[in-house]
Order: sequence, then structure tokens, then C-alpha cells
Amino acid sequence: MSDLRDLYQEVILDHTKRPRNFGMLEHATHRAQGHNPLCGDQLALFVEIADGRLRDVRFAGKGCAISTASASLLTEALKGKTTEEAHSLFAAFHRVVTTPSDEPVDVSGIGKLAVLAGVREFPMRVKCASLAWHTLEAALAGRADPVTTE
Amino acid sequence: MKATTEPALARPALDVEALRKQFPILARRVHDWPLVYLDSAASSQKPACVIEAIVDYYARYHSNVHRGVHTLSEEATSAYERARAKLRDFVRAASEREIVFVRGTTEAINLVAQAWARPRLLPGDEVLVTELEHHSNLVPWQMVCGQTGAVLVVAPIDARGDVIPDEFARRLSKRTRVVALAHVSNALGTVNPVAQFTRLAKQVGAIVVVDGAQAVPHLPVDVGALGCDFYAFSGHKMYAPTGIGALFGRLELLDAMEPWQGGGSMIRSVTFEKTTFAPAPERFEAGTPNIEGAIGLGVAIDWLQKLDLTAVHAHEADLVEYATSRLAEIPGVRLIGTARERAGLVSFVVGDVHAHDVGTILDGEGIAVRAGHHCAQPVMAHFDVPATVRASFAVHNDRDDVDRLVAGVRRVLEIFA
Repeated sequence: MSDLRDLYQEVILDHTKRPRNFGMLEHATHRAQGHNPLCGDQLALFVEIADGRLRDVRFAGKGCAISTASASLLTEALKGKTTEEAHSLFAAFHRVVTTPSDEPVDVSGIGKLAVLAGVREFPMRVKCASLAWHTLEAALAGRADPVTTE
Repeated sequence: MKATTEPALARPALDVEALRKQFPILARRVHDWPLVYLDSAASSQKPACVIEAIVDYYARYHSNVHRGVHTLSEEATSAYERARAKLRDFVRAASEREIVFVRGTTEAINLVAQAWARPRLLPGDEVLVTELEHHSNLVPWQMVCGQTGAVLVVAPIDARGDVIPDEFARRLSKRTRVVALAHVSNALGTVNPVAQFTRLAKQVGAIVVVDGAQAVPHLPVDVGALGCDFYAFSGHKMYAPTGIGALFGRLELLDAMEPWQGGGSMIRSVTFEKTTFAPAPERFEAGTPNIEGAIGLGVAIDWLQKLDLTAVHAHEADLVEYATSRLAEIPGVRLIGTARERAGLVSFVVGDVHAHDVGTILDGEGIAVRAGHHCAQPVMAHFDVPATVRASFAVHNDRDDVDRLVAGVRRVLEIFA
């Protein structure tokens, strides 16, 4: 197997131990709950949108290293983006983590999120990396039901 | 009288090295490591004799059972019914008619909930479960409570993971109709004092339903000594195939229960006006059953009994003790569940590293454990953890496997240092 360090890279461990933009966002215009029933991960995502841009993005909850780091990286990547940019970043990210590990994949369009590409080697963990993003989509769509990975 | 130099109580210890050779899957390498399989509580691996029995059945005498007069059908029926007789001996039931073939523990408990409890429970009646229960011994009771207006009552566990006997006793009353409890907890390994709790339940006239899924691979079971009314278990956790299990039910109760599924095999006569049902156990076995599963289960029972479940229990108790002390040496490891009596497994968390990360890193070294809530979310809530890592043991495990686990856990701490 590929080295576990491909999955647990320093950047990921850093975001796990010191998640960025962690906590509630009082003035959120959009919010959603995400839940992975398989492992019990719970995530709340808060977004403040003004003039079509994500002015602030924060998250709260608890989960595994991969889901926490993914949520933390998401908040950093999305601040200041337009909602269209957010959707297309989600699509690009989703394509990367769901491309089978024996196929080549282009990570150039996803910036720092590329550190999560290692999750492709661990199909059971793709849901962990995707949870925050599915929750984001739900928040932007204004869906009230909690998102679940199952 | 025969002279012997051996002490009267000496039992043959398990020859683990020879046993390992009987499990073809243990020859596998996972991520370039020899497989260490510590997830038998989720599903055990199968010895060659069980695998061969299934192949032999399909290659030589596959046919439907209880139908047709031809040779193959007679052979298949006889093998299927021989398996039922083995199950009777295995749990010390009084009669083969007390053994109902089901898909597994979950189906067995649902059968009791729907066929015994649902027509009998009245609004305000109570079903008592313990805080230890697997969802399969909780959700079917919640459902039947919803259907009847009965109330679900929960007996709490203490900080070690033992059901608190006084609290259990306090929750029993004339309103208690059903007591449902695990023999062995799948999340913590706690062995419940089933005989003692059953005696208390009987004083208020409740029936007792035991989830034996995690007990049958590890302990000798005697339903008469336990005094329970129903005892449910799965084949696949005791070296047999998936999709087959058994429900022991006291004949008096089974005979008084209406069928819960209709179809072929479970009838005596059918007209458009009226159908009469076969007696137990057939009345609860509508449709073509899992014949290969039953035959495989019968072979697994023969194999387990030859090993001697007392010897199996002693071997696994040693592994539980060894794993507990080795894991406790690691700073940051917290054992979840330290009940007075445990069987078959250890459950733990590693610092604040999520169980799934531990599971992935261990898998990277060829070690299969279960990481998650173990279908026992109330137990996780009790210990205030989202999930635990569970290493569970089978006859083929040895102390080397535990050493590999311990080295893997140290590696987790290294990565997350």
C-alpha cells in the first residue's frame, strides 16, 4: 500500500490539531448540519454570504482527522469566493477524491486541497473527506435536513 | 479403574498453530503484511471444514428441503434437520422443535418482538432492556412499543460497563412483560449475569429474551441453566456462514405464537377460505431456507465442540487479559469497558485520535479491527466517546497478534504526535 504518510500528511495533521475557522458564526446567512452515521462524525457549517460572495465560513463539530482537516481546509479555500466558484471547487475536489487510485488525476485546479488527494487510496475514507463539502452544498441550497453520507 | 497421571481437571489447551492452518484466509497478506484478524466479533473467519461442507453440499446433494421424494431432496432435508439437532445439543435445548432457523440474531429478535410481544403487549406494559444493548436488541423493542403503546425501560450500566444489579431489579415490576438483554456485550465484552437477572425477571412474570450473538463463539451455553425463554444467535460470528442463525424458544411459547411470515413450508393445509399452520418450528420458517448455511452451521458446531468451548474460553480470556495489560501500558490509551467478567474483546480509544484514523493506520499494517460505534450508540454516549477501536478474538489469535496490535497503536501515536 502507499505509505500512510500519503494520507496523514503534515498539512492534514496540522489542520486536525489546530482547525482553522472553528466555531459558530453568529451572522451566518446559510448553515447546515452534516452527519456520517458510520463513524458518528457531526459537523455544522456556517456561511455568511453577501453580494454573491462567501464573506465568512466557519465550522464546528467533531470527527476524524480526515473530516476535520477537510472542513478546516474548506473554510480557508472558500473565504472570498463567489458561490459559483464554491460550486465548481466542490465539483473539482469531488472529482479528485473519487477518481480511482489507479487512474491519473489532475489536482492543479484545487490548490491546497490537493493534500487530500491521498484519500483516493483509502476508499472507505472518501466519505470523511467529502462530508464538509456535501454539508456546504446543503447550506448553499438552503436545505434544512441534516446531510448524511449514507 | 483406569489409572491416570493427569490431573482430573486438565483440559487440552488449544493448539493455535495447528488451528491457524485450518483458516485459509490467514494465509493472506494485507498491504504486504501477514493478516492479523481481530474483527471476529463483527464476523468470524471460516475454517476449511465449513467452507468444504458448503461446496460439498452444492456439488453433491443440493436440492430443496421438505419437498419432493427424490434422493437429493431427502439427503438435503436430512442434512438440514441434522443441523437443527446439533443446535439443540449446542445450546442444551430440550427438543429440536425449540430451534427455529433464522437469518441471524437480528431476525430472531424481530421474530420474538413481532410474533410473541406485539399481540400480547398492552399500553403501559413495559419492556426492559439494558444500556449495553446492540441496536438489534433495542430497535425491534422500540418498534413494538410504538405499535402497542408499551414503554421501553432501560437498566443503566456503571463506569466499568456492568449493568447495575440494583438498578436492574428496581426497574422490574408487574408491568414488565419482556426483559431483553445481551449475554455478552458486543461493544464492551461485558458478560451479563443472565441466570441471576432471569430469576429476578421470572419473579414478576416477564419473559426473558437473550441476545447470544457474542456469547456462542466464546462460552458454553445452556439455555436451561440460564432459565431464559428465548435465546438468539447468528452463525457467522461462530465460524459458520452469513445469513443463518437460530432462535431457541421454549416450546410452550413457540406453540402459542402465531406465524409472522406466511408462505410455503409453514402450512399444514391451505384453501382460499382457511389455512392451518404447521407446528413450531416450521411455522416460523416460511419459504426456502438457507440450506447451505444450516449445513455449514452444523459443521461449525461439530468443530467448535471438538475444540471444547471451555478451552476456547480459557484461551480467549488469556488474550483479553494480555491485551488489556499491554494496551494499558501505552500512555494515552484508554480502555472502554472494564467489566468484572468479559469475553472475547477489548475496546479502547487512543488519545484523542478518532477510531477511524486508528483503524486506517492499523489496516496499513495488515491488522483488521473494528472502528466505530459498534451499533451500540447508547454505550458510546455513556462513555462520552463517538467511537472506539475494538479488537476481538477468535481461536486462531495468539499473543503475537496482540503484540502486532500494540505496535500498531504505538505507530498511531507516532503519526499523531
